[in-house]
Amino acid sequence: MNKTGFMKLAATALAALAIGASAVNAADDLNDPYRGPALEALKGKTIAYLPISIGFDLAQAWGGVVKTESERYGMTFTSQDPNWNTDAMAQGMTALIAEHPDVIVTQNPDMQSLARLMKQATAAGIVVVQLNMQGAVQTDAFVGPDFIAMGEQAANMMLEKCGAGTDTSHKVAIVQGVLTGGVSYYQVQGMMKVFNEHPEIQIVSSQAADWDASKARAITETALQQHPDMCGIIDVWDGQGIGTGAAIKQAGKQGEVYFITSGGGAQSMCNGLEDGTYSAAINYNAPGMGRDAWTAIMMALQNGQGAGAIKTQIYSPTRVMTKADVQAGTCWDPEQYAKILR
Amino acid sequence: MDFSKAFRLLNQERIVFLLTVVLFVTFSLTLSNFLAAGNLLSLVRSVAVLGILGLGMLIVVLGRGIDLSLVATMAISVAWAMQLVSEGMPVYAAMTTGLLFALCISLVTGILVAYAEIPPLFSTLAMATFIYGFGRAHMITGTDVVYMPKNMGWIAELGQGHFLGLPMPILVAAVMALLVFLFLKYTKLGAFIYAIGDNLPASRIGGIPVRPMLALQYVISGGIAFVAGIITATSVEAMNTRVVNSNMIYDVILVVVLGGVGLSGGRGNVRNVIVGTLLIGVLMNGMTIMDVQYTIQNVIKSLILLLAIVVDSIVNPRDEQTGQQGDI
Repeated sequence: MNKTGFMKLAATALAALAIGASAVNAADDLNDPYRGPALEALKGKTIAYLPISIGFDLAQAWGGVVKTESERYGMTFTSQDPNWNTDAMAQGMTALIAEHPDVIVTQNPDMQSLARLMKQATAAGIVVVQLNMQGAVQTDAFVGPDFIAMGEQAANMMLEKCGAGTDTSHKVAIVQGVLTGGVSYYQVQGMMKVFNEHPEIQIVSSQAADWDASKARAITETALQQHPDMCGIIDVWDGQGIGTGAAIKQAGKQGEVYFITSGGGAQSMCNGLEDGTYSAAINYNAPGMGRDAWTAIMMALQNGQGAGAIKTQIYSPTRVMTKADVQAGTCWDPEQYAKILR
Repeated sequence: MDFSKAFRLLNQERIVFLLTVVLFVTFSLTLSNFLAAGNLLSLVRSVAVLGILGLGMLIVVLGRGIDLSLVATMAISVAWAMQLVSEGMPVYAAMTTGLLFALCISLVTGILVAYAEIPPLFSTLAMATFIYGFGRAHMITGTDVVYMPKNMGWIAELGQGHFLGLPMPILVAAVMALLVFLFLKYTKLGAFIYAIGDNLPASRIGGIPVRPMLALQYVISGGIAFVAGIITATSVEAMNTRVVNSNMIYDVILVVVLGGVGLSGGRGNVRNVIVGTLLIGVLMNGMTIMDVQYTIQNVIKSLILLLAIVVDSIVNPRDEQTGQQGDI
């Protein structure tokens, strides 16, 4: 912004402030009686953020949103980065229970690793919000997509392109993440539920790529080699799907093979849709999940019932996107949230 | 027929080569399309990066070292270079910066090994953690996956292009293999590396500049890691720095050891790495076609390695020399 622009803005702000101040004076006795107790319930509380890693786009968006909001209301926000190490994460959780923050926001690496610790935390009176993947225990809130429904949705989208009514080979490949990870496991479970009811669909390959784009590329290259008439491919995560998409492109089959993936809607998703790497993507909007997590925190701290008294599953809304939906600003920039967390 | 004499001829390289041939024939007979030209190309292509990294590892292992920081150097240097391009640095300048980073950081590793005399196992393990940690904290500050910028030009072709019908990664791997082969076989430096790996005190007495040579090995392997990284990143249009946490470095050691390169130094050549890499390639490709799950693939891979090592220790029992030096 240039200097005159800034001066103009400052002048406008000053004028607005003056008008605002006089308005407040005029309405002195019209106070919001509910605001005070709400702010009181939040103020001075501590939130500890412990995802499996702070290095990836989803965790950056969730943490970024929660941190911004918590600081707005005078809360303390701390974060830890176990860097994909489940043991380090369990240790971090144990240390947190001893430190006793008011809220722990976490993300399960799998069903079991943190279950017992989360139970302990709840028993100690700490509000626990689980992101993206539900552990084996229910706490104050779970925030994340309903992955089984999302798998079904992807499968149904695939049926439209490769199902009985279409003049195709009906051959479909699935690229999984890691076998034991819920994000991958539940999506595949949902897909198979749909595909099992449609015997015309032939699942020619269903392998785990370990969340690694290089492995996804190699698996897909071989699968396309074996089945040159492949109709469609589903990858359970767009970060890994970039490798799957590269294999499709390098086999010269972009546009022929329908490729569905899903992810949190970072800029890389929009770029992938735009250049044809992904045919369609199910976007579960990670900053939206951050907002849901923040909502869950506000509710848990304000309802006064204590940690773990009210348990809610907050399933994230999803949106199917294709190239046609991509415009400037449709996706978000992970760098912006990474900066907030640093 | 002198059976025991034929048995003696078997060394690990030949065992692994035989194993590869057996697997190859089995897959050709049982899997449709395995022998298709396209599949064979994708077979070799999928292990090209592994092979290139294996070459870097070979050079270090020949000098009785080991480089556990290869994958970290590869991921961080290339991811950083691509991030610099996204931030507006000209492509060539950014690539040169990335390469220089890889060379400098591996020079530090080399100095730790050669001059501070920290055992390579520990110094490279520590450096791997340092490179990754420093890189994630101060260089790649956004997401741990760095996407390839659109303006990479011909460099993108290194991972995606074809030359005379051959995918470029295969070609790059072949050229690298040839260069390393020529270096080891026909240059004085190559001969020095063998000599140092074979007998370090004797090489020193013989007038070989042992310490600079040790440091040089790590610098070369760092440079090779950068090339492998460029191929990885341009193939999938992204560099995932998380690969440092994976078991990729063990796969690299696997192809080197499997091919018959002696971890006690001085024994092995490029052919060993190629044989080891091909076995892994045939194995992975066959299992992918058979739709074997990745976790089970790992089990089978490790069983094959164990088998090769067991057979090797039976046909080539430890002699006095290995007994004295000990294995790594």
